[in-house]
Amino acid sequence: MTLSMLNLMPALPEIFVLSLACVVLLVEAFSKKAAWAYTLTQWTLVGAGVITLFNADGVKTYAFNGMFVGDLMGDVLKLVIYAAAVVAVAYSRRYLHDRGMFRGEYFALVLFAVLGMMVMVSASHFLTLYLGLELLSLSLYTLVALQRDSAVASEAAMKYFVLGALASGFLLYGMSILYGMTGTLQMGQLIQAVDMTHPGLLAFGLVFVVAGLAFKLGAAPFHMWVPDIYHGAPSAVTLFIGSAPKLAAFAIVMRLLVDGLHPAVGDWQQMLAIMAVLSLAIGNLAAIMQSNLKRMLAYSTIAHMGFLLLGLLTDSYAGYSAAMFYVITYAITSLGAFGMVVYLSRAGFEAERLDDFKGLNAKHPWLAAIMAMLMFSMAGIPPFVGFYAKFVVLQALVGAGWLWLAVAAVVFSLIGAFYYLRVVKVLYFDAPHAADIVPSGGSDVRALLSLNGIGMLLLGLMPQPLLALCAYAIEVSLQ
Amino acid sequence: MIEGIGILSLTIWVPIVAGLFILASGGDRSADGQRAIALVGALAGFLVALPLWTGFDAKTAAMQFEEMAPWVPLININYHLGVDGISMPFILLNSFTTLLVVLAGWQVIQTKVGQYMAAFLIQSGLINGVFAALDGVLFYAFFEAMLIPLYIIIGVWGGPNRVYAAIKFFLYTLLGSLLMMVALIFLFFQSGGSFEILDWQRVPIGMTAQILLFVAFFFAFAVKVPMWPVHTWLPDAHVEAPTGGSVVLAAITLKVGAYGFLRFAMPIAPDAAHELSGLMIALSLIAVVYIGLVALVQSDMKKLIAYSSIAHMGFVTLGFFIFQPLGVEGGLVQMISHGFISAALFLCIGVMYDRLHSRQIADYGGVVNAMPKFAALFMLFAMANAGLPATSGFVGEFMVILGTIKVNFWYAFAAALTLIFGAAYTLWMYKRVVFGPVTNDKVAAMQDIDSREFLVLALLAICVLGMGLYPLPVTEVMHASVNNLLEHVAHSKLP
Repeated sequence: MTLSMLNLMPALPEIFVLSLACVVLLVEAFSKKAAWAYTLTQWTLVGAGVITLFNADGVKTYAFNGMFVGDLMGDVLKLVIYAAAVVAVAYSRRYLHDRGMFRGEYFALVLFAVLGMMVMVSASHFLTLYLGLELLSLSLYTLVALQRDSAVASEAAMKYFVLGALASGFLLYGMSILYGMTGTLQMGQLIQAVDMTHPGLLAFGLVFVVAGLAFKLGAAPFHMWVPDIYHGAPSAVTLFIGSAPKLAAFAIVMRLLVDGLHPAVGDWQQMLAIMAVLSLAIGNLAAIMQSNLKRMLAYSTIAHMGFLLLGLLTDSYAGYSAAMFYVITYAITSLGAFGMVVYLSRAGFEAERLDDFKGLNAKHPWLAAIMAMLMFSMAGIPPFVGFYAKFVVLQALVGAGWLWLAVAAVVFSLIGAFYYLRVVKVLYFDAPHAADIVPSGGSDVRALLSLNGIGMLLLGLMPQPLLALCAYAIEVSLQ
Repeated sequence: MIEGIGILSLTIWVPIVAGLFILASGGDRSADGQRAIALVGALAGFLVALPLWTGFDAKTAAMQFEEMAPWVPLININYHLGVDGISMPFILLNSFTTLLVVLAGWQVIQTKVGQYMAAFLIQSGLINGVFAALDGVLFYAFFEAMLIPLYIIIGVWGGPNRVYAAIKFFLYTLLGSLLMMVALIFLFFQSGGSFEILDWQRVPIGMTAQILLFVAFFFAFAVKVPMWPVHTWLPDAHVEAPTGGSVVLAAITLKVGAYGFLRFAMPIAPDAAHELSGLMIALSLIAVVYIGLVALVQSDMKKLIAYSSIAHMGFVTLGFFIFQPLGVEGGLVQMISHGFISAALFLCIGVMYDRLHSRQIADYGGVVNAMPKFAALFMLFAMANAGLPATSGFVGEFMVILGTIKVNFWYAFAAALTLIFGAAYTLWMYKRVVFGPVTNDKVAAMQDIDSREFLVLALLAICVLGMGLYPLPVTEVMHASVNNLLEHVAHSKLP
């Protein structure tokens, strides 16, 4: 009796979010006040954060017969996911309001998406993992389609759904092959049961799993959906898609490839290396040609995922923690950049073309400074945090003997620097538009955005705490 | 060690804090106040740097004024500062130049004054950090961060083609430094987990690795110097940058590149440096001779001085790679002297540009009739640029030529050609601009320099003459460090 009670403890945050997501669904239906749903959503996320924080103890605990795992890496990622969701919802409030999307469904869907991510982060079984992944994906498809009258958004949702379903199919197919080989769906048993005597079959299953994961991460050559979805979705939804889900995707890569399929490291290392170089090349080169900021950031995401893969493929504690640091800081940076797009959009005007930001410095020097800090951080220029993110990944790469990959990565970073610099150029060097940009949103959003921008600088000046946390979390979570 | 915050930290953070303070003080309505804060900040930055000179012990080659604190202990990165005789003079030069730049931009800059002043102050602090850093990553952080203010300076207050020039400047210099980042990480593992530059100088490294490291450093620093053939960003950047930007670019940022050779490339990869010294000397001589000829045909004054900078910096790298005390010291003296002279020349061109809004030599003529005081000072700096004895320009060049002649007569002969070319392009430009009949009414209407401009140029004139007549205090400071460096470089580091 006590044992089963104890067994539920690791999943307490998930249970909490699920219950309150259902309540949020009902709140609007009965009260007709979407603002209540907004407040309740934010408190739910904060509450989940508190529960996770109290649950975090650095010990690896399994629940539900080993289908669910609670460890420090998962806890840290979940905390960042809550924070990203809170910030994303706060940034979006005014935007949704102006476009008639400020309704209970949005908040319920966000909570379900967060729940999906939490399940993904804590999955130690193929089925749990797939359950979380689909919960997240279905919520995101619906969120993209939330703006019913917009043809672009509907198209994006359709594309997202079809391609997402295909990727899920890949993943399931790969899982089924692995199941056929090993007779188990659980990561802990899989790692022992992986049969290295049939390398061909193993690689065959692995390819499908990796392809599915690459799709979810948005890494080339499975990246086609990213620009269209980022561009087509309402900016507030892009803001959400572009941040927290990356953390969950990182988590499932860790769970599947490192926790489950580590014996096949030689195989997936090479796949990741190819995908990383492709992502860096395609992402950075294609981003140069974009005139739409959302699309440009979408391609830049692809490039950043390439960097993330570089950290993962080193197969070392240093590399995994570097990748974790990278994905966390990237999520925060991306949140700020899309947050700025949302903040500068107002009723009837989407500030999403590069031209819309012309001469922002003349009228709103502080907003321009925040945006510039975010861009320099993405470009990896010190003293902003993006520099350290790239630095630790490169360090892990060189440490693992992948010198040529490190050189390739910096060459593509140089190409990437060009389009980030172009944004700064638009902000500072160009003459302002005749039509003035008026920020929407209240002073709380402005404060949050400021914090987001200054955070880039502070994390870059003092990277030690977060770096040490990532290193520690990886160390206690991997055996 | 000094209790609390050290002098070097102050030289870095006083200007940066002053710059941030200006940024926080609001828009153009408070421009006068912002100018005042900038002046106070620059002056304070210069004053806190002075104890480096007075308290410097010239007898030792060890690092002085050291400060050490852990920065990212997880990967062993430290906030480690210190200067020796090679780096200390540049901190002073930089702090001094910042003061001049703030004064020079006093009236000329009328839009976004606060951001302009703040960019220069922050830039100044970051450059001091470059010269003071003894930790590889700390150096790198300053080295790249200093691109940001200059990028903004060129792009916002520059000429018509400023966007192209700013982006070209940034990407060119970033290309070099990114490869250096990989080199730094490689050295971290090579040295068993240290980012200390001094540790790297001691660790044995194989020949292939040394060559690769040298090439990585070469890309980082040669672009900054700039050496032929990676110099093409400089004329663009100079022409488009506002006067203050050109001054900082020529007087300081070019020196960062040359300094990098002395701090990184030569002592960390000495065998590769010897192996490739022929190439380096060849590139330097091409810069001296070929770029000198290119300067001769320029019709734009700023471009002319930009090319002259490249030629003069060729002298510096030539001095370094002959591995003679006289050569290296001569190179360092040349760097400081060029800091004064190029700053002065760009300021002179700025003075004329403010009045006539043209940099074309053809638009001028007979300026001496309208601006006698200015013409006299301009004359001094032009002569110094041509390497006239008794000016600082002569000392460095003479030392380098003396050092080179010991190694190879023909190198020295080629290098000495610069005395002819330098005189030719500088004085010919001076003649066309200043002498002759007044060519048009606009020139006749030019006002002579006011007291602020006079002060700036006079300060530089004192420096140029002072160093030309009595260079001993400067060379004395460098002596121990340079000898130590050369002794270190003379020993093979092959395992």
